[in-house]
Amino acid sequence: MKIVAVCGVGIGTSAILKVNAERALDRLGLSADVDASDLASIAVAAADAQVILTSTELAGAVRAAIGRSFAEIIEVSNYFDVEEIGAKLETSLG
Amino acid sequence: MTLPPLLDDAIVLRAHVDDWRAAVREAGRALVRSGSTRSEYADRMIAVIEEFGAYVVIAPGLALAHARPGPDVLHEGLSVVTLDEPVPFGHPHNDPVHVVVGLAVSNAEEHVASVARLANAFNDSGIVGRIANAESADEVRALLGFDRAAGA
Repeated sequence: MKIVAVCGVGIGTSAILKVNAERALDRLGLSADVDASDLASIAVAAADAQVILTSTELAGAVRAAIGRSFAEIIEVSNYFDVEEIGAKLETSLG
Repeated sequence: MTLPPLLDDAIVLRAHVDDWRAAVREAGRALVRSGSTRSEYADRMIAVIEEFGAYVVIAPGLALAHARPGPDVLHEGLSVVTLDEPVPFGHPHNDPVHVVVGLAVSNAEEHVASVARLANAFNDSGIVGRIANAESADEVRALLGFDRAAGA
C-alpha cells in the first residue's frame, strides 16, 4: 500500500505529515509506504497510491492535479494530531 | 546529520506584527540574523503562501513558514517567532497564529531529521500555547527539545 503526503513545495509540511502518518499507521498496526510530494509532481507520485494526505487548503488543487487517479484524498486539519490522522486513515483503509 | 542549532538570534519573542506577511518577515529576518538564509528567502516564504494558501498553518496557532531550497539558503536553519497578538493567516480551522516557525533547507532530503524533531515536540497539543508564552530563548529551546548552546 502506498500513501502520499502532499504540500505546496514538497518539504516541511509534507515531511511532518509523512512522519506523523507513519506514527499513526504504526499505532494501527498497518504498514504502508509513505512518500512526501509537492503539488507539481503529485500526478506522478499518486499514480500507484491508495491514499493522498493533504490539508483542506490544498485538497482542491490536488484533486484537479490527479485527474482520474483512484487515490482517495484525505484532508488533515492538524498535522500534529496523530489521532486525527490515524482515525481518518482507519476509516479510509478499513 | 546534525540538527541545525536554534540560536538566540533565531528566536524572537512577543513580536508585534500587523498581518501574516509581517509575521513571516520576522521569521525570515531571524533566519538571516542566524546566518541561515539571505533576505530574499522571506519573500519566497511569502510567495508560497500567496500561491498555495494558508496550508502552512499546520496546527492550531502554528504556522510553519518555508520555501523550496534555493541559492538564498546558506545552510539549513530554523527560527521561532512568537507574536504578542495573534494574526489570521486565512486558515479555515487553525487561525489565528501565535507562533511562526521558519524553516530553511538546502536540499529536500537533509531536512527530515529536523522535521522529525519538530514533529516530536509539537505532537504535544499544549506546546504551541507554551511556546507563545515563553519568556526566554532558553525556554523555547527547552520546549522544543534543543540543547542550550550547541543547538542539538
